[in-house]
Amino acid sequence: MLEDIYTELIAEHSHATENRRQLPNATIKERGHNPSCGDDITLQLEISDGVIKDAAFTGQGCAISQASTDMMIELLRGKKIDDAKKLAELFIAMIKGDVTNDDELEQLDDAAALKNIANMPARVKCATLAWHTFNQCVMDN
Amino acid sequence: MNKNFLMDFPILNRHMNGQRMVYLDNSATTQKPESVVRAICGYYGGCNANPHRGVYELSVKATKIYEDTRVKVQKFINAKSPAEIIFTKNATESLNLVAYSYGLENVNAGDEILITISEHHSNLVTWQMVAKAKGATLNYIYLDDDGNLSEKDISAKLTRRTKILAVTQISNVLGLKNDIKTLAAKAHEVGAVIVADGAQSVPHIPVDVQDLDVDFLAFSAHKMLGPMGIGILYGREKILDEMKPFLSGGDMIEYVEEQNTTFAELPNKFEAGTQNVGGAAGFSAAIDYINSIGFDEIERIEKSLTDYAISELKKIPYVELYGCDSRRDNKIGIVTFNIKEVHPHDVATILDAEGVAIRAGHHCAQPLMKYLGQNSTCRASFYFYNTIDDVDRLIDAIKKVRGVMKLA
Repeated sequence: MLEDIYTELIAEHSHATENRRQLPNATIKERGHNPSCGDDITLQLEISDGVIKDAAFTGQGCAISQASTDMMIELLRGKKIDDAKKLAELFIAMIKGDVTNDDELEQLDDAAALKNIANMPARVKCATLAWHTFNQCVMDN
Repeated sequence: MNKNFLMDFPILNRHMNGQRMVYLDNSATTQKPESVVRAICGYYGGCNANPHRGVYELSVKATKIYEDTRVKVQKFINAKSPAEIIFTKNATESLNLVAYSYGLENVNAGDEILITISEHHSNLVTWQMVAKAKGATLNYIYLDDDGNLSEKDISAKLTRRTKILAVTQISNVLGLKNDIKTLAAKAHEVGAVIVADGAQSVPHIPVDVQDLDVDFLAFSAHKMLGPMGIGILYGREKILDEMKPFLSGGDMIEYVEEQNTTFAELPNKFEAGTQNVGGAAGFSAAIDYINSIGFDEIERIEKSLTDYAISELKKIPYVELYGCDSRRDNKIGIVTFNIKEVHPHDVATILDAEGVAIRAGHHCAQPLMKYLGQNSTCRASFYFYNTIDDVDRLIDAIKKVRGVMKLA
């Protein structure tokens, strides 16, 4: 079970530093926080013409929250907002256990590796923090 | 594990993720012995009626169970009178009762409330509320480098302006015992009342409210073998007598007219509505169980577990400990730590997979976490039914964490 969660891929993403920075031309900043455990990220997006030109984040938290944030940024960078929203919806459906078809989850790239979190209710909010924060960012777009 | 304890607490035999569960989250809530579960079932199965109301036999029985528990609690903490024992939902409600019924009435603009940085949110947010509502100042006693309250802060900040000193007897994060007796004397010298949070102390050490000379003491049954949903506020009778009721309703009245009400005497004045008699039945059995072991034995077991855990954890180079180097002999069964480069939630998940239950997070003490320079920590907390084998399981599991996280 643990091996399904703490994979090499998740370890790499949780330690990755490329996306952990301030975005000079950010158009939206949104803070996401899990008060019960202290995961705390600020997601920054540079959006123009309905496209996410760049994304980055700052903050700290557990390996799952940090890896998930990093994976999401990799996935959403360069995407149209409408497509990005659909991916976020798919990710959250995966974590809820509503979507389990691997072919469908392929669209999530590396983030599909968090599929097994669906079996760990105590860690669901760690995995979804970044994605809920993203939804907050683009709610009005 | 002592055979008797294992027999008395069947839940401790259960398995978690394929291994015998090692339960080390006793500061959050303790497990319940069979006798407590039976007392609750026995109440609902054979004695259930609304206390204080009926004249029929069953109601009289329920009343007796409830009031006998009050007397048992009174004796347990050596209060002068059963009138000083108020049943509440838990320590949090007890502290709120003091904040609303005493704090809001007796603290005024320009006054000061003094608390410590190691308070649980229940003894912190409550006083923020009072300070904001009344335009008073909320001051903090900070810590020395060994985690104990700064004597310098106590002297400087406990002044004639201080109306309330609210302080935990044992920190739920650092596990360090504060000298409540001395603090009470100092508070009284400047004319302040002292509110002690006993949630982490009453289950683990003998607490004598007359000896400590505290004005209020709050604690919960569920952290001392009893059921959730019942707690205690001890209050000095003279002070309680002068306080207004906290909640209004049935059973807390004397006469009710269309526009006016006179209130019941203590303790009923503070116990509006039907009370948790089943909880009281369980609480009574819990106190009997604790008394049957005795605090000498409880303290001896917990100290040996704590000392052993700390000495083993100190051998692991990537473990950071908090509150484990007190210069006073005042450490109680709580060990708070972090594993370098691993978030506490990941630690707790990995320990869970090894069958070891610990707490990870801010432990309802966010200002203390910030003060310690941590976002969150791991906490293992013991009770007398834990064993050296449990500590070994904890240590073994901790040694696996960095490997699972690809850091080894």
